[in-house]
Amino acid sequence: MGHHHEVAVHEEKFVVPARLRNITFGLMGIGLVAIVVGLMTDSHRFWANFLLNNWYFLGVALMGTLFLATQSVSNAGWSAGFKRIPEAMATYLPYAFAGFAIIILSVLMHWNHTYHWTHEGIADPTSPDFDEIIAEKVAYLNLPFMIGRVVVIFTLWYLFSRVMRRNSLAEDLQGGFKMLKRNKTISAIFLPVFAVSWAMACWDFIMSIDTHWYSTIFWVYHFAAAWVTAISIIALTVIYLRRAGYLSIVSEHHMHDLGKFMFAFSIFWTYIWLSQFLLIFYANIPEESIYYQERFEHFKLLFWINLVINFVVPFLLFMTRGSKRNESMMILVGVLLIIGKWIDLYIGIMPGTVGSHAHIGFVEIGMFLGFLGLFTFVFTRSLTKASLVPTKHPYIKEFVTHEVL
Amino acid sequence: MYESPIRRPLITGKTSYAQITDDIATAVEAKPTKWWYIGFIVSLAGLGLWLLTVTYLLVTGVGVWGLNKTVDWGWDITNFVWWVGIGHAGTLISAILLLFRQKWRTAVNRSAEAMTIFAVICAGTYPLLHAGRPWVIYWVFPLPNTYGSLWANFNSPLLWDVFAISTYFTVSLVFWYVGLIPDLATIRDRAEGVRKKIYGLLAFGWNGSAKAWQRFESVSLILAGLATPLVLSVHTIVSMDFATSVIPGWHTTIFPPYFVAGAVFSGFAMVLTLLIIMRKVMRLEAYITLNHIDVMNKIILVTGSIVGSAYITEFFIAWYSAVPFERYAFVNRAFGPYWWAYWAMMTCNVITPQLFWSQKLRRNITAVFIISIFVNIGMWFERFVIIVTSLHRDYLPSSWAMYSPTWVEIGMFVGSLGLFFTLFFLFAKFLPVIAIAEVKSIVKTSAEEHIKKTAEKEGIDIKEVNPQIA
Repeated sequence: MGHHHEVAVHEEKFVVPARLRNITFGLMGIGLVAIVVGLMTDSHRFWANFLLNNWYFLGVALMGTLFLATQSVSNAGWSAGFKRIPEAMATYLPYAFAGFAIIILSVLMHWNHTYHWTHEGIADPTSPDFDEIIAEKVAYLNLPFMIGRVVVIFTLWYLFSRVMRRNSLAEDLQGGFKMLKRNKTISAIFLPVFAVSWAMACWDFIMSIDTHWYSTIFWVYHFAAAWVTAISIIALTVIYLRRAGYLSIVSEHHMHDLGKFMFAFSIFWTYIWLSQFLLIFYANIPEESIYYQERFEHFKLLFWINLVINFVVPFLLFMTRGSKRNESMMILVGVLLIIGKWIDLYIGIMPGTVGSHAHIGFVEIGMFLGFLGLFTFVFTRSLTKASLVPTKHPYIKEFVTHEVL
Repeated sequence: MYESPIRRPLITGKTSYAQITDDIATAVEAKPTKWWYIGFIVSLAGLGLWLLTVTYLLVTGVGVWGLNKTVDWGWDITNFVWWVGIGHAGTLISAILLLFRQKWRTAVNRSAEAMTIFAVICAGTYPLLHAGRPWVIYWVFPLPNTYGSLWANFNSPLLWDVFAISTYFTVSLVFWYVGLIPDLATIRDRAEGVRKKIYGLLAFGWNGSAKAWQRFESVSLILAGLATPLVLSVHTIVSMDFATSVIPGWHTTIFPPYFVAGAVFSGFAMVLTLLIIMRKVMRLEAYITLNHIDVMNKIILVTGSIVGSAYITEFFIAWYSAVPFERYAFVNRAFGPYWWAYWAMMTCNVITPQLFWSQKLRRNITAVFIISIFVNIGMWFERFVIIVTSLHRDYLPSSWAMYSPTWVEIGMFVGSLGLFFTLFFLFAKFLPVIAIAEVKSIVKTSAEEHIKKTAEKEGIDIKEVNPQIA
């Protein structure tokens, strides 16, 4: 198929349209109002939402780097042409870190009760607040150790994402194969680093909310959720950029592959969901089943919606080949998954923080929109910083001629 | 389809389509070599041992095993899970790698799938015999019957196993056979007399028309789509045999994905053990290249690391849970009377695969062979550790017990290896061990000669970007 070889690859400079910029400002404005309302009405609710959204977008940003790492170690050519999108997503990391610094500060200042294990006297047998189960865990769950871990973890994530981005941009200037190799090595090292650090971050920030409760699959579950969200955001961004006249080198073949990723990993998320739920439900050990008991009792509607949005709908809609190549369908599924994963996290965080009276109102929606605005602002600004098409990527020719037959 | 010249070649040396047919079909047509006879006779001896021990078992009863009322699962289930695990690489290679369009799949899928089928057959013998009365094994199926309330227990993961494994076996077999059809036709076209008749029958009248190929492609894709969830489901269900219980060390939520990763890990190890010998004995080095071995070693590294991180997660969460029974179960594993099994598992499964960070070792045949054996051993110990150490000291210290296998169990295990290798040797003799048609499909992208040509056309120095090409 020699005629394919001649497709020209040009640099493309993205400019954030004024309308998009105004929308992000508007969203951030709504977020600010929601924060103020939240703080004035119910500060626990505010902090729970603050944690939720920070964690959500931290995951999205980090999965940008993880996506690049997986593509790099597997010598993938099909994703080379839009790699600037996950790269730009990862530039949100410092903002998420700042958010978590605020959360840790709030814990230190006792502004909220998000983490039960940080209570005064919880591990002190003479205190009226003594909790003998938590006392068993203080060797791990204590603030100095936790803060130390988080600092190391965040530093590692930042360094890996920065260096990978820097090498990728350097490749645009110098060409050749050196940067491809270098990023491959860095990516290979990043994968085990990610596994360990992500597991700890999941335990520290999310699992320790329900301090007594534990589940070995927990970090895999959160990986699956964040990964699906990130893939959906990549797919939606590709569609947006194509409609705005960029990334013409992306064809329906690439969209088909992105659709397959969304399809496969929404099933993977369900698989992990089922592994955790079914085993806890079946064995019915009270220490474990209490987790689902609370959620099933007080969050029943969302409990089912979660499965419908994150599994049933994408599964049915993306079953056929044609639907994965249909942009409108992909927008629908992508938006549903982005909302669905927020709901999933909501059910995860709220029972242990706000409690059974938690509900979705202006504060919840407003704060999510605010964070979405901030993320989009940072993300699109980073997209403008380099050519959207990595013209000198060694696999760019494979990308352009990519076909899914 | 264009491929970058920096990708490593998957067929080395001078290649022509006729050459590929000759290289692979000759092995089926020629008389077996001396090595084949030696290997086959040794395997037959193993099969004989299997028949002997199984007959003895059936005549006398399951009491001839070393099980006791505390440790009521021992080598039987260990071997069952071990064999099922090994039966994971083949369908992963043929199905998931097909969906991912991994071209290196083409040279190894046939033999890996065959191995899968034989491993699942070996696995199936254990529950069949463990159930005690294999002649009424059909009772596991929900069949209408006149025995009153006798009906399959749908709440039991053991029943889910029946469905998961029989479905997996069926689909794997169909997938493997469908893939064989065009190659069987090739053998038929070269054969004469009775052989022509037999291969002709097996080839289902394949005529090589465009329509036939088109259907072949779409059925492959459909089967790949069906087989992919099946690969995951089998070991997921096997893990649930343990994880749905309330036994410390068994009841842990990471079991399903971690069992699947472990299964792929052990499956690839067995594929490597077999292929390293096969490519040498059958002179297939040009098709099963060092690059294939390198890639499979990377999969071993990844899945081995997943298994390792699951071990560590389990240990950590056992401590974190603050449940005394959980904590004890894991400490007992590592430092109790079965410590040697635990550390054998940790060494073989966690430490050895990490050696594959080194590209030199990934491409060193001797090292790979030894490491693949280590992984096979390690994964056997993993199942032994999970099953026996969790059972032998239960909630009631007065019933604590030790377990060791009898000669019958050992004989059955060694014998099952005989069964497995007997089947594999027969396969290697009578069927094309490499998918002829599929390997031909990558000549124009991945053959060494083609890559050299592309590099030349683009003015790239091949030695610099692709040192694997001499």
